[in-house]
Amino acid sequence: MATFAQTVFILVVMIDFFVLASSRLKAAIAAVAAQGALLALLPLLLAPQELHVLHVLALSLGALLVKGIGIPFLLRWAMREASVSREVEPVVGYVPSLALGGLGVMLAFAFSATLPIPTPEKHPYLVATSLSTVWTGLLLVVSRQKAVSQVLGFLVLENGVFVFGLLLSDFMPWMVEAGVLLDLFAAVFVMGIVIFHIHRTFSSLDTGKLSALRD
Amino acid sequence: MTAHAALRALLQVALLVVLPPLLPGIVARVKARVAGRQGPPLLQLYFDLARLVRKGEVKSRTAGPVFHLGPVVGAAGALAAGLLVPGPGAPALLSFPGDLFLLTGLLAAGRFATVLAALDTGSAFEGMGAAREVTFASLAEPALFVCLLVLSRATGELSLSGVLGPALPAAWAQWAPALLLCAVALFVLALAENARIPVDDPTTHLELTMIHEVMVLDHSGPDFALVLYGAAVKLYVFGALLARLALGGTGRGILPGAVGLLAGLALFAGAVGLVESSMARLRLVRVPQLLVGAGVLSLFAFVLLVR
Repeated sequence: MATFAQTVFILVVMIDFFVLASSRLKAAIAAVAAQGALLALLPLLLAPQELHVLHVLALSLGALLVKGIGIPFLLRWAMREASVSREVEPVVGYVPSLALGGLGVMLAFAFSATLPIPTPEKHPYLVATSLSTVWTGLLLVVSRQKAVSQVLGFLVLENGVFVFGLLLSDFMPWMVEAGVLLDLFAAVFVMGIVIFHIHRTFSSLDTGKLSALRD
Repeated sequence: MTAHAALRALLQVALLVVLPPLLPGIVARVKARVAGRQGPPLLQLYFDLARLVRKGEVKSRTAGPVFHLGPVVGAAGALAAGLLVPGPGAPALLSFPGDLFLLTGLLAAGRFATVLAALDTGSAFEGMGAAREVTFASLAEPALFVCLLVLSRATGELSLSGVLGPALPAAWAQWAPALLLCAVALFVLALAENARIPVDDPTTHLELTMIHEVMVLDHSGPDFALVLYGAAVKLYVFGALLARLALGGTGRGILPGAVGLLAGLALFAGAVGLVESSMARLRLVRVPQLLVGAGVLSLFAFVLLVR
C-alpha cells in the first residue's frame, strides 16, 4: 500500500510539471482532472487502521465528483464558449516556469522533512507533494495570461491544499471538507461566468485587458 | 583472464561492431508497418554502408583536414562508449570507477568533432545546423549527467558495469519510482541525442528544420558511411543502456544476458519507431522545453533518492 501511495504522490507531481509545460488548454484541463481523480484515491490509501468507512468514502467520492468530473466539465464548457484553446504568451515562458517549478519541487522535497508538524505524518511524501503542488498553482495563477489557465492554477493550488488537509482528515468532520469542496465548485462556477463576460466584452480572454476598464 | 571472460569480451565487441546498423532498420520497418507499407529491408543500412564505402568523395574547396576528423571521431567515440556499457555480461570490457563521466565525454567528443567538421565546410547552412546541435546539446548533456548520477546514487556504484550490473535489482526493489522516472528521462534524451523524431527528423531534407542532417550534408562516400555507422552505434549505446536498465541487469550467464540484451534492443528500436509514427516533430522553439522537462524529471528522481 505504501508504494502505491508513493506512486500516486509522484504522479501528482508529474502532473504539476505537465500543466506548467503545456500550452494547450484542453490537455491541461484533462491533466488537472486526472490530478483530481488521483487525489480521490489518497484518502482511501492513507486511511488509518481503525477506519471510519463513511468518512473516508465521503472524502474520496467528494473529491472525485467535484475535482475529477464537475469542475473540468465546467472548464471545458467555458473554453468552448469562449473559443480559446491555447495559452499564447504567458508572462513567464514555459521553459523558465518549468525550471522554477522544478526548483520549487526540489526545495519542497528537500526540506519538508524538517517542517515541524503537530500531527503524525501519514506518508513521507505527503507534505512535500502538497507544498510543491501549491507552489505550482501559485506559479500558474501569477504567470498565465488567459483567464482559463488562471482558473486552472487556482484548482492546482486547491489540490495542494487538499493533500495537506489529508493530514487533518482524522480530526476534521467531513462536513468541513464538503463545505470546502462546495466553495471551490461555487468559485469555479463564478469564474466561468466571469470568463464568459470577459470574453463578451473584450472578445478575448486576456486578463491584461481588464486594466483598460474605466468608470 | 579465464576463457569465460574472454568469450564474453569477444561477444560484446562482436555485438557492438556488427549489430548497430540493424537498429535503424528495425525502426524503419516498424514505421513502415504502422503506416501500412512494406518498408525497406531490415538490413538496408548494411547495403547502404557497403555502397558508400565503394564510392569516391566530393569535398568542399574550403574544407581542411578537420573535415575528415568529424566522421572518424564521431564513430570512434561512439564505439569506445559502447565498450563501457555492459553488453551481454555484467562487467563491460572497459570498466573503472568514474567511467560514467568518460561515457558522456566520449559522446561529447564525437559531437564536438562533428560540429567542427560542419564548420570547416565553410557553408553558412552547416554553421546553422552546428549552432542548433550545440544549443540543444547544452540542455541535453546536463540532463544525461543527472540521469547517470541517479543511477549511481541508487546502486552505490561509480562505474557503468557496477551500476547496470548485479546491484541493479536491489536498487529497483528499493527505488522503483525514481528509477522509472530516470528511465523515462533517458529515453527522451536518447531520442534527442540520436536526432530522432520529436526533436529532429532523420528522414527530412527540408533545410529549415534540420539539425543533425544539416551538419553532415557535405560528407560523401566513405566519410558519410562512417557518419551513418557512428550514428547507428550511438543508437546502440543508448539502447543497450536502456535495455540493461529496464531489464534490471539480468543475465548471470552469457547466453541469457545476450538474449536479454537483444530482446531489449529490439524493444527499444520498436519503441522509437512507434514514437516516430505516432507524433510529429516538435517546432524548434519547443525542443528546449522537452529537454528541460527531461532534466527536471531526472532532477526530481535525484531528489527522491537523496531526501
